[in-house]
Amino acid sequence: MIPLADVALFPDQASTVAPSVDHLYYFIIGTTVGVSTIVAVLVIYFAIRYRRRSETPPKPIVGSLLLESLWSGIPLAIVLVMFGWAARVYFEVVTPPQDAIEVFVVGRQWMWTVQHREGQREKNELHVPVGKPIKITLASEDVIHSFFVPDFRVKQDAVPGRYTHMWFQATKPGRYRLYCAEYCGTEHSKMIGWVVVQDPAEYEEWLASRADLSMALRGRQLFLRFQCVTCHSADSQAKAPVLEAIYNRPVRLQDGTVLPAANDDYLRESILNPPAKVVAGYQPIMPTFQGVVTEDELLQLIGFIKSLRPGETPPRNEQSTAPQSDPKAPEPKPFQKK
Amino acid sequence: MSTGAPDPQYPSAPQPDAQQEVDYLNASFGWKSWLLTTDHKRIAILYLIVITLMFFVGGAFAVIIRLELATPQADLMEPDTYNKMFTMHGIVMVFFFLIPGIPSILGNFLIPIMIGAKDLAFPKLNLLSWYIYVFGAIFTIWGMLAGGVDTGWTFYTPYSTRSSHSNVIPVAVGALILGFSSILTALNFIVTVHRMRAPGLTWFRLPLFIWSSYATSLVVMLGTPVIAITLVLVAVERVFDWPIFSPPEGDPILFQHLFWFYSHPAVYIMILPAMGVISELVTAFSRKTIFGYHFVAFSSMAIAVFGFLVWGHHMFVAGQSVYAALIFSALSYIVAIPSAIKVFNWTATLYKGSVSWQTPMLYALGFLALFSIGGLTGLVLAAIPIDVHVTDTYFVVAHFHYIMVGGTIMGYLGGIHYWWPKMTGRMYPEGWAKAAALIVFVGFNLTFFPQFIAGYTGMPRRYAAYDERFQVLNVMSSAGASILGFGYLLPFGYLIWSLKYGRHAGPNPWGVTGLEWQTSSPPPPHNFDETPTVTEEPYVYAVEEPEYV
Repeated sequence: MIPLADVALFPDQASTVAPSVDHLYYFIIGTTVGVSTIVAVLVIYFAIRYRRRSETPPKPIVGSLLLESLWSGIPLAIVLVMFGWAARVYFEVVTPPQDAIEVFVVGRQWMWTVQHREGQREKNELHVPVGKPIKITLASEDVIHSFFVPDFRVKQDAVPGRYTHMWFQATKPGRYRLYCAEYCGTEHSKMIGWVVVQDPAEYEEWLASRADLSMALRGRQLFLRFQCVTCHSADSQAKAPVLEAIYNRPVRLQDGTVLPAANDDYLRESILNPPAKVVAGYQPIMPTFQGVVTEDELLQLIGFIKSLRPGETPPRNEQSTAPQSDPKAPEPKPFQKK
Repeated sequence: MSTGAPDPQYPSAPQPDAQQEVDYLNASFGWKSWLLTTDHKRIAILYLIVITLMFFVGGAFAVIIRLELATPQADLMEPDTYNKMFTMHGIVMVFFFLIPGIPSILGNFLIPIMIGAKDLAFPKLNLLSWYIYVFGAIFTIWGMLAGGVDTGWTFYTPYSTRSSHSNVIPVAVGALILGFSSILTALNFIVTVHRMRAPGLTWFRLPLFIWSSYATSLVVMLGTPVIAITLVLVAVERVFDWPIFSPPEGDPILFQHLFWFYSHPAVYIMILPAMGVISELVTAFSRKTIFGYHFVAFSSMAIAVFGFLVWGHHMFVAGQSVYAALIFSALSYIVAIPSAIKVFNWTATLYKGSVSWQTPMLYALGFLALFSIGGLTGLVLAAIPIDVHVTDTYFVVAHFHYIMVGGTIMGYLGGIHYWWPKMTGRMYPEGWAKAAALIVFVGFNLTFFPQFIAGYTGMPRRYAAYDERFQVLNVMSSAGASILGFGYLLPFGYLIWSLKYGRHAGPNPWGVTGLEWQTSSPPPPHNFDETPTVTEEPYVYAVEEPEYV
């Protein structure tokens, strides 16, 4: 056991938001300790000064509108300052910079898997460069988990059925503890790992040593393996929308409404629950891929769609057959990679 | 202190055995006279027995948790067992002790007497509420003995519906059953306060315990049906596999909205009655009217209303919209104001009072300290960026234990000591009681204060195994918990002892105002020999004209 005197009162400040969060914390703790000290001193003073000396009841004092106004108004003003300050820091915490490096993290009982865009994959570890903003897209394979790095003061739940996002920018190299903060079952307390912050050169070296097929390329393989290309072909026989350059563009739906942007959540929903929002001019014929693709694969498929520029849809081939209502049925032979 | 002699100060106190007065305890005998009673006072005693039992069941789980956490490794039991322990500790303490505790025991006993009524509006319904409580408790304990439940007391989906292999349904149904007991009791209180007040007892002559019980009952009536239907939906998804709270069609966050829509107000269900008790104690042991009666009364109502509008602050990292989060943050700050108003008014009540340091007052002062720490750390949590960091850590665990244990249980114990002579006719031993109050206060702080530090430095809650760097703080917590546990056992012992050996109390051992102190101790079966008429405000100790400062 470490000695009591060495117990840290604060975690390491290792991200750009950590000092902002701590300053707000000092302010709120300082203010509340100040106010409560005044109250405590008064309570103790009154309780001693006016302790019972005789059985004669004291003179009644029924109240004071002035005091009531003061001790409602002043605390209200103080808490509104806290709220405003907190809101300002909150915007900093939730708004990732445009140039952030994207990383994709999937939580499952009881492990974190990480995919980098260039294909590097890791378990219960996340390598990032120092001084660069990192944007994490979180998904969950089963129940709710929560990605928590105390030294960065960031935490975000990974919620099954949707994507959530968080970002941070590490300020010094080192190894920082990663915890699952949302109770997720038996090995919840073992769902821990490390965020490894490296100097840019060291990070590049790590990336190179782990290079693999990029997420988009893996997505392309899945696009062929699941026979998505049969309908989502870029030719005249297409039974489904062409997917080239649709990412984050508006989509007109069957019911006439226009979705402002085909974002990750829309693409995800369209793969798992296709009839939910069908594009205008098409029939709801696509089967669901719920339970067929894993969360990691979904991220790769979406990565592929994101990367797809005009003319890049792979060509159909005569053996292509549309996926039937049960995609778990024996797979048709996949395409050979060109 | 415990000599058996009557207090010379109150010569009206009956001499032991001087005359055989009929009171609610000796009016009839035999188990039927208790189990079929419709007397609110006897029902309160029935509740006292079963709720105390449940308190020690929940406490036993806490002991096991603190034993496991004395070392960083999960070495005392399997992680699954540990997960069941903290789940069942939470469920038993929240649903079976904190929520029903003060209303069902003190509220049941006192509300009719405080308003000069013979009983609650629906005495049979009151008895039914007790049976429903017992039925729900048996159901839950059966679920726990037959394998237990491991979802956390929050039953978060989809873990509870799709992943957990434990007895989710029996325990959830037990909590559901209990909800009906709460609703019926609340209904009874609301109707009683509206319809059964003694002649002359206008709304603004009501004791503040009545105001806070009334506000609590409104929250119970409006909130409990929501948790009831939510638990039913969890059971339906578990049994029929319907996608209600699970993707792709269902929404896990919907569950959290529904759950916290009840469970945040439930915090106020736990703390408001304790605040009512504290208002009574502070005036009684200062022999002085409450400072700012209307502000204290209406702050209870404000807490009841605003308490329904802050549930989203439990979900700042769950993926709700940024603007929803900001609104919930702002409202969470605003709901702190009525509580602050109460604390300031209690403090001002002591000013130029005649303050007596008897046990109930020690608990009231302890409440002020611990509730303030709990409430003010709520301001830390309402700041979203800090909440992002500390939510689901021990910081939150410490915060809500300061509110629920430091607030509610201090209020409960203060109230039990204060009204014990009224309920039983006997005084508790003052020296022992003061020692116990001190031990509870010290043990509580040693248990929970280190958890603020563990939480801010990053220790997640619900961990069977944890980093070694948190061990010192956890050893302090475990040591504190053993002191706290001893502190809780003391009143259990000496209060039972006092039933036989305690000094006879007489009708008004504290020399205080309030209709409950104008009838004998214990009160006669119908509370008053004749219906009292109320001619003045509560807490009038001096005949002098009141002063406005």
